[in-house]
Amino acid sequence: MTPGRPPVLSVRGLSVRFLLPGGHRVAAVTDAHFDVAPGECLALIGESGCGKSVLASALLGLLPANAQTAGSALLGDLDLLTAGERTLARTVRGRRIGLIPQSPAAHLTPVRTIRSQTEEVVARLTGVRGRAALRAAAERAAERAGFPTDHLDRHPHELSGGLAQRAATALALIGDAPLLLADEPTTGLDRDLVDRTVDELRRHVDADRALLMITHDLAAAERVADRVAVMYAGRIVELSEADAFFGSPGPRHPYSRGLLEALPERSFLPIPGLPPELGSLPDGCAFAPRCAHATDICTTLPPLTGPVACHRPLPAPARTPEAIRA
Amino acid sequence: MLELRTVTAGYDRRTPVVRDATLTVTAGEAVGLLGPSGCGKSTLARVAALLHRPDAGEVVLDGIRVHHYRHRAPRDRRTAVGVVFQQPRLSADPRLRLTDLIAEPLRATGRRSSVPGRVAELAETVGLTPDLLTRRPHEVSDGQLQRACVARALVLRPRWLICDEMTAMLDASTTAALVRAVEDYRTDTGAGLLAVGHDRTLLNRWCDRTVHWDTVTAPAAKTLA
Repeated sequence: MTPGRPPVLSVRGLSVRFLLPGGHRVAAVTDAHFDVAPGECLALIGESGCGKSVLASALLGLLPANAQTAGSALLGDLDLLTAGERTLARTVRGRRIGLIPQSPAAHLTPVRTIRSQTEEVVARLTGVRGRAALRAAAERAAERAGFPTDHLDRHPHELSGGLAQRAATALALIGDAPLLLADEPTTGLDRDLVDRTVDELRRHVDADRALLMITHDLAAAERVADRVAVMYAGRIVELSEADAFFGSPGPRHPYSRGLLEALPERSFLPIPGLPPELGSLPDGCAFAPRCAHATDICTTLPPLTGPVACHRPLPAPARTPEAIRA
Repeated sequence: MLELRTVTAGYDRRTPVVRDATLTVTAGEAVGLLGPSGCGKSTLARVAALLHRPDAGEVVLDGIRVHHYRHRAPRDRRTAVGVVFQQPRLSADPRLRLTDLIAEPLRATGRRSSVPGRVAELAETVGLTPDLLTRRPHEVSDGQLQRACVARALVLRPRWLICDEMTAMLDASTTAALVRAVEDYRTDTGAGLLAVGHDRTLLNRWCDRTVHWDTVTAPAAKTLA
């Protein structure tokens, strides 16, 4: 990571609200701030339903019609939140942002073979022309994502979850986009495949691309990420260097600490209670009802000052974390 | 005991996905079955749950050989096994509220009168709040829906539980909560467990013993080679 280089993606005050019938509003994402630099991987982690995937959809202009957005998400000088569908479709998706989707089985076209879909993407996004050249380029694209070329003539339903994921990854990498957006890329994969998938993603990061990886798989995040953003009830509650987060001094927000401690290789204890409803969030800290450290002050909303949005963060490290950027 | 003896199963007789798999779970035991993506372990789990007829080999449940699978299995055998699948969205009827989802096995077996008490009890076990119980699957998260699916699997008090990648879609905290719900149930009832998955760390922490797919099917692999 080179400081001083402009970030590939710069998100400022991003909020997403869903308007429901009856005047209900669901606060799916609230006031998110973060940057992703070239050659850097930011992992966005949190429980299911915390708003992670909505944030990804907002960046790609794929939100449903009842969504309202605020803030900005700058990709270079283009604001992704206000860009029109035409711009997003013709210049952004696949070309400037490569999406590795959450559910490859639903992402791939069920009625066509992987080869046919890969060749189509190659033809669309690159200058390759001619049947033989397309065929060869599609095979190279498959190999790059570790997809076995002898499975190219299969349909998506004939692939295991791991192979379908690799097929989707292969498609995302074809456009050589400077920003990769991976939404739960390792769901349903076994540990070896998770390691291979994230190592492959890391190679693209090391080739100076930026990667925003949305995941609930903490082991995968630890393996690939430079920095970690923890999301709870639609807000980013902690933004930290990955080394400090997974190693010493560890997470400072009680929620992040609870999430990490729930791992089977740690204490394997669940965080008590359930996440709050995004439609009826408390006024104060959304985690307070589940938090062992909460006091009266937690009925007011803690701002994200420094690395952590908490009134009573866990003990600060002895050394100054100059590496931590707010 | 739940015994799988040289089970061969698949979807095309010429190319079975499981060959000669042998695995035994004794009463009250928790066995983890570890294997990579696409190895056939989910198919074997479906055989153990009496949801898929094997091409060859036999399944012996509590000392009696199984002859009928799926809807043809006698009710007392079918309901002796509770199943939790990997993807809660695909295993939950989208039209049912969570409370009806959990209660459906009771209604299907004529135990309508025990619905209110049993659903409330299980909702607490798996950590579902009353307001969630009135929602339909599209109104809850994957983690919340999987909690309901675990409650549904426990509602008939099965002697055996088959958890096929129960937590693969879930975050660490929900994983720990659901494993605890299953373990609390097993402590109370002495039910046996076959947990199928690919996460070695999780299965080692969760189960009494963990067997690898290769050792379950190894003899067949050798004869083929």
